[in-house]
Amino acid sequence: MNIYDLTIHELKDKIAAGELTPAEIKKAYAARINDVEDRVKSYITVTDELADQGLAEYEKKKDELLAGIPIAVKDNMSTDGIKTSCASKMLENYKPPYDATAVEKLSEAGAVIMGKTNMDEFAMGSSTENSAFFNTHNPWNLNHAPGGSSGGSAAAVAAGECAAALGSDTGGSIRQPAAYCGVVGLKPTYGMVSRYGLVAFASSLDQIGPITKDVEDSAIMMNVIAGHDPKDSTSIEGKKEDYTEYLKEDVSGMKIGIPEEYFNLDFDKEVKDSVMSAVEKLKDAGAEVETVHMTDASYALAAYYVIAPAEASSNLARYDGVRYGLRSEHASDVSEMFTNTRHEGFGDEVKRRIMIGTYALSSGYYDAYYLKAQKVRTLIKDDFDRIFNDFDLIITPTAPTTAIELGSKSDPLEMYYTDIFTVPINIAGVPAMSVPCGFDSNQMPIGLQLIGPHFGEGKIIQAAYTLEKLLNIKDKRAEL
Amino acid sequence: MIDKKDVEYAAGLAQLKLDEEEKEKYTEQIGEILDYVDKLSELDTDDVVPTAYTVPMKNVLRKDEVQESLPREKSLANAPDEKDGQFRAPKIMSD
Amino acid sequence: MSTKYETVIGLEVHVQLNTDSKIFCGCSTEFGKEPNENTCPVCLGLPGTLPVLNKKAVDYAIMAGLALNCDIAEYSKFDRKNYFYPDLPKAYQISQFDLPVAEAGKIEIETDEGIFNIGVTRVHLEEDAGKLIHEGSIDKSKGSLVDYNRTGVPLIEIVSEPDMRTPAQARAYLTELKMIMEYLDISDCNMEEGSLRCDANVSLRPVGQEEFGTKAELKNMNSFSAVEKGLEYEVKRQREILEEGGEVVQETRTWDESLNKTISMRGKEEAHDYRYFPEPDLVPLEIDEAWKEEMRKEIPELPREKYKRFIAELGLPEYDAGVLTGDKDMAVFFEEVLKDYDDPKNLSNWMMGEFLRLLNENNHSPFDSGVTPLNLARMLKLIDEDVISGKIAKEVFEKMYNSGSNPETIVEEEGLKQISDEDELENIVDGIIEANPDAVEDVQNGKDRAIGFLVGQVMKETRGKANPGLVNQMLRDKLMD
Repeated sequence: MNIYDLTIHELKDKIAAGELTPAEIKKAYAARINDVEDRVKSYITVTDELADQGLAEYEKKKDELLAGIPIAVKDNMSTDGIKTSCASKMLENYKPPYDATAVEKLSEAGAVIMGKTNMDEFAMGSSTENSAFFNTHNPWNLNHAPGGSSGGSAAAVAAGECAAALGSDTGGSIRQPAAYCGVVGLKPTYGMVSRYGLVAFASSLDQIGPITKDVEDSAIMMNVIAGHDPKDSTSIEGKKEDYTEYLKEDVSGMKIGIPEEYFNLDFDKEVKDSVMSAVEKLKDAGAEVETVHMTDASYALAAYYVIAPAEASSNLARYDGVRYGLRSEHASDVSEMFTNTRHEGFGDEVKRRIMIGTYALSSGYYDAYYLKAQKVRTLIKDDFDRIFNDFDLIITPTAPTTAIELGSKSDPLEMYYTDIFTVPINIAGVPAMSVPCGFDSNQMPIGLQLIGPHFGEGKIIQAAYTLEKLLNIKDKRAEL
Repeated sequence: MIDKKDVEYAAGLAQLKLDEEEKEKYTEQIGEILDYVDKLSELDTDDVVPTAYTVPMKNVLRKDEVQESLPREKSLANAPDEKDGQFRAPKIMSD
Repeated sequence: MSTKYETVIGLEVHVQLNTDSKIFCGCSTEFGKEPNENTCPVCLGLPGTLPVLNKKAVDYAIMAGLALNCDIAEYSKFDRKNYFYPDLPKAYQISQFDLPVAEAGKIEIETDEGIFNIGVTRVHLEEDAGKLIHEGSIDKSKGSLVDYNRTGVPLIEIVSEPDMRTPAQARAYLTELKMIMEYLDISDCNMEEGSLRCDANVSLRPVGQEEFGTKAELKNMNSFSAVEKGLEYEVKRQREILEEGGEVVQETRTWDESLNKTISMRGKEEAHDYRYFPEPDLVPLEIDEAWKEEMRKEIPELPREKYKRFIAELGLPEYDAGVLTGDKDMAVFFEEVLKDYDDPKNLSNWMMGEFLRLLNENNHSPFDSGVTPLNLARMLKLIDEDVISGKIAKEVFEKMYNSGSNPETIVEEEGLKQISDEDELENIVDGIIEANPDAVEDVQNGKDRAIGFLVGQVMKETRGKANPGLVNQMLRDKLMD
């Protein structure tokens, strides 16, 4: 395997064995970026200086968890002095004066940060086609989307342009691109990873999580980024574990629920078959698999498309041209500055969601939309709690299809539907991981979603690790 | 359903400028989305408490201690316009 | 037949809390710094930042609620109030909408017309915005300049019930509210500096009608007298409209200090749809009995209680009680002195007289001067014991004020002891009698007032140290058989 194909733990083993130096590793990944970037286009900014800085500190940090390991960061996480654009014209020239906590933790762990990755503008989208700058291409088929909104991060990992990456997930934005790109993506329990420095989309749903080549790497990344942060009031104390302790091949006695309502939805047969086949393998390995009944996922999607835009409409109001970012040249008074700046700075999807959200919160509509959605949210949360009383995990497909073709979806609702399996998880605040479980007849990756109870990352990791070993497809790489 | 006036109202509140074409387009698209959202009314939520917080936490508080502020140049570094250490914006109202 | 109208006034008061750091970040709240020196990513609302609540701000809000006789919420939370303005970095203010920290309280006020209870609807926490100034003149402005030092300073908003019926009552309410906040020591309460701000809602209705009339909101009243004048003007304006058969428009009006009138801001301040929703970046507050008790213990005797006690227990006149309790430090100082002195009225005279005069001249608070409570007590005892005269005491007091020395030392060093020894005074009195034959003749002819003149001369001769009573007696003995 090429150096750029290796996982974090494999790279660390080779460093420890004296077979590779961090400098060689960084060189290999930089060369890989040079080689494939013009085709994949994962990165908005390649941060050579920052990477070299990480490299220079290797000696000091050589015992840390990510010492010398090249990592990419989604461009909606603040990096001190380095452009953080959220793939929007609004922040095209914005350089934050501080680091996100997750980024700080990467640096403290010795990571070599390779760059800031492409995404759907302000994390609103499911294909990264909403980036204001350019499309990212799926390394498995360049005519296909990498998924979204963390499409750049997923593609970078799949293309070997970094060993692992950070993404963010509000309705599936880590898991769905991970499925499309044949890599592992984990959305932690809400509150497990600090949101400080993550440019907010929907505050009660956003979480940062790792996108990696395999499950073991995911556990390592969680050990680095998870944990309480006093700068984030919604960050949870006392629940962090050593996630690598769950890297065991053992699902005997694990009770797994298969929600009938999810599987009855209209989606790609090859995806369904692949997921069910993987479930059978878990069953053969000793897991107890049963059908369960849950609220139809479309209710969660409906609630999501009120709650997320509502919070987003408020979170994105700060982009007004006064203190940073774009300011329209047509600004003869403050009111003109506001409206023209926001007209020029925001793309279509962002504007659409801001308006939906504003409407849902406006006088006379709050009860019917926002309040109603928050009540349905309780029902969905209770639904998951009920299942997890008796079950360890729930398994569903991650996405209804494999990676869509670039430019194929023009209808917003159609695009939203690709999140149908992932959105309920954010609504309930539970953790979930997408793990590759096969390929379709076009050799496009298929993802399986493992959902756990609150703070159930351990169980997820254990089952996913076991599945990975059973399927033995994790060393397959996209051909570029 | 949603009509153009609602879209204009929402756009106004959100300080978004829309031309006629955009108003038409958004009215249609947002209307479709809200139609989908209407399925929420199929669920009985009469006795349900809304979830404002998925994490059952309370009283996250910090001590009243002064921390270092950002040096002023850093606060102003991204400012499109500044004067005498203040952020400068256009005048509030046109005549 | 003319309708009699009743005035209905409600006040919304914003009190800036004097915590050391801001409500959601660690920036200093210090007033008067260079623009944008007290800012950080959080209070600037930079993308990705999050608020973390300052416990002291909540402590102070609970204290304020308790002091205003409110019910303190067991469960309280924050909400976002969304609107666009350059001085609002996040384009929303973190405030409290439906579950404020305190509700349903009241304040007792007193005016010339009597004692009234004014209801307090609610007390809630929120963050302050920045300061926007117009570049150039207001009507020919070139631009807007914004300083975010003030963004994120904690505020409590205190909303009264529409219980006030005259501008005088409104002023009394505001005064009492300010004193309570000062006694709690949670705010500088300075209207000129902006740590105390007041907006008013005013309407008129025919006497006997239960329904409220249309109200106008008054803003930009930057002093107590502006509040009273603004309300008086507005009441008159509305009455004139109604008496002519017109209708009052619901609008916001600004008080113009130079023109002495309220001016409509219609068109510039339209009704906002604030789209309140629960703040997802903060978690709720649960205020238990223990926390309330802890805060209750921090509350000193409040001004109105103290005022009543000074009258009832110390026998002070209303006027004295009012002056002494009107300033917290005065009240505390007064009570400190009384630990070592037992004539409240005499003390009150001194504090309202000489002490207040010097404090005002020097722009001092009672504890800023050189006079300590113990020293004042000692000085008053010296007067009572005739060691010094009242007049000399004024000299002693001023020296105490400036030097901080104790009265005995000053009297000793300056030789200010009153002369009460007849033998000592004998020569001087005789000398004065000899030197003023005309006055002596007046006395002996029954003009009693001339005695005063002669006493004055002896006082002058002794540089004020002679015991005037004794001198008076001696003169009478010598001149009036």
